[in-house]
Amino acid sequence: MRRATPIVLGIVVLVIAAACGGAPPPPPPQPNADSLAALEAERRAREQAARDSVERANREAEERIRRAREDSLAAVRRTTEEVRGMLAARINFDFDRSDIRPGDAQILDQKLGILNANPNLQIEIVGHCDERGSDEYNLALGNRRALAAKQYLVSRGIEAGRIATRSMGEEQPLDPASNESAWAQNRRDEFGVTAGGDVLMRPPGM
Amino acid sequence: MPLLGQDTIRPVEGVRVGITYTPGLRPGLLVLGGPRQELLDSVRAIVERDLDFSDRFEMITLPGSDSLMLALGTGSAARGPTGPFVNYALYEALGADYAVSVMDRSDSGLAVVVYDVKGRGARRVVPVTVTSVADRGFRMVVHRASDEVVRAAAGTPGIAATRLLVVQSGRVYRVDADGADVVALTPAGSGAFSATWAPDGRRVVYTEFTRGLGRLVVHDVVSGQREVVPPTTEFLNFAPAWSPDGRTLAFSRSNEEGTQVYAYNLAEHCCLQRLTAGRFSDNLSPTFSPDGRRIAFASTRAGSPQIYAMSADGTEQELFAPFDYGVTGSSYAPEWSPDGLHLAFHRDVAGSYQVFVMDVASRTVRQLTSAGRNEDPTWAPDGRHLAFVSSRTGTRQLWVMDMDTGRVRQLTRLDGTRLPSWSPRIPDLTNH
Repeated sequence: MRRATPIVLGIVVLVIAAACGGAPPPPPPQPNADSLAALEAERRAREQAARDSVERANREAEERIRRAREDSLAAVRRTTEEVRGMLAARINFDFDRSDIRPGDAQILDQKLGILNANPNLQIEIVGHCDERGSDEYNLALGNRRALAAKQYLVSRGIEAGRIATRSMGEEQPLDPASNESAWAQNRRDEFGVTAGGDVLMRPPGM
Repeated sequence: MPLLGQDTIRPVEGVRVGITYTPGLRPGLLVLGGPRQELLDSVRAIVERDLDFSDRFEMITLPGSDSLMLALGTGSAARGPTGPFVNYALYEALGADYAVSVMDRSDSGLAVVVYDVKGRGARRVVPVTVTSVADRGFRMVVHRASDEVVRAAAGTPGIAATRLLVVQSGRVYRVDADGADVVALTPAGSGAFSATWAPDGRRVVYTEFTRGLGRLVVHDVVSGQREVVPPTTEFLNFAPAWSPDGRTLAFSRSNEEGTQVYAYNLAEHCCLQRLTAGRFSDNLSPTFSPDGRRIAFASTRAGSPQIYAMSADGTEQELFAPFDYGVTGSSYAPEWSPDGLHLAFHRDVAGSYQVFVMDVASRTVRQLTSAGRNEDPTWAPDGRHLAFVSSRTGTRQLWVMDMDTGRVRQLTRLDGTRLPSWSPRIPDLTNH
């Protein structure tokens, strides 16, 4: 508002000046202090308006860029989340087995694509067992289950150093119940990101 | 077995009740009553239970009021010329080969006296150096006396002065061999797993399991000191076993090479050695023979896990417990008996686990359990008692079986108990 005041004053001065037309020929304009001030105010107002429009344009441009960037960040975030979700998909095993089941090979192939599309990504595979096996043996079995998935990926070109393996044995069941469906769920490999997972690209064709 | 149909008295589990009794192969033993006094009563109760749990005697018990009549110094003559009157004839009629009395010898303290009924004389006086039930280590002192009573009557000491380690909810507990005094040895949340006693009865080693890594911790239960075994700070190290001289730890390690048996010289803090190899098989759960020269372990080299043995340096590997390929169930968790004669393990039978014992000399295997799921057997120092985890009552608890009589008793009331390890006889220095 403070800035508007000189503009309003300037307009008032101009209107008064215009209203004086039609009378006996006016004396040659004698610059007086008031009209000088009015001209100066007019000039300032024009400059200000120009500045304002440039600023507005700049602001709008920045806003557009910001929105675009946010949109693309959101997209990147969304993609990263989706890829993480795919990466986290578990695979399961038959009782006392550590071989990859045919249906689960697809899930591993998806991880293979993700690892290829994201060369900085490092993961860990954690093998788990159901409660039916021996407590100590299950640590070895969980280890073998994690190694089986790693072996699958490494044999298809993933650098071994990008994949860590661990075993939790039967110590961390997903479902603590003692029935077939709980056991089937608990015999599993879990996949987690250990490094390079902040921004993940979708593998081509997914 | 209790003679259920014969008596109106409710039988105590596994204890013969009634006086119409035919002596079996085991000597009959009668614990004599005595004056009602808190300390004497406590000692007598503990001794009687220890003798019963030794499974070496036919325990002769009488209903409460009758047992008082059997106290020394009652009956026809209150006191003989050389001490309390001992009614040998009556004890013999009751089927007793031995009578045991807990007495206060005033000046020289408490003692357990073992009378040889047929020989008509006191065989042994075992002092019990306690003054009050509140004494530090009171129960262990009495257990030691019980073991000496067993030695006097059976020629070989009992196993009352021993303890077992069990794991429950990620903590290691110790429990006395009679089920009393359950004490946590590790803090909550430390992920403790597979604990084992050292041959000195004073140290234990256990796995501290976190996020797929497992390090071995040696814990001195007397000083409270804990020490991580240096080479076990990486990878998953578990199922440790002490060599009989206490110098070497064998254990299983899981890493990218699978699971293999390693040995580490704890005494000299050196020389980590891998004893097994095989990229496509797992080798785990080592146990030393009592002479320290052989190690038995479980291996998947033939597919399903079975029991193998090797020299302590990893050479001369061989199949140990025979099995029929594709027929015999998977076998796990071997433990060599302290006398070297047997190897206990558990084996899959029809989708559940049962405890088996192999006679090492003949390599013949027999199944000891059949009710519920039974696993992870561990030997008492007498080489005839086994503790194992059983689900026979619905939850996993620790049970004890006497191989000679087949008698079974429940030791813990701690749901989810697992991975037991029986101690050697606890030496006096750990009397705490």
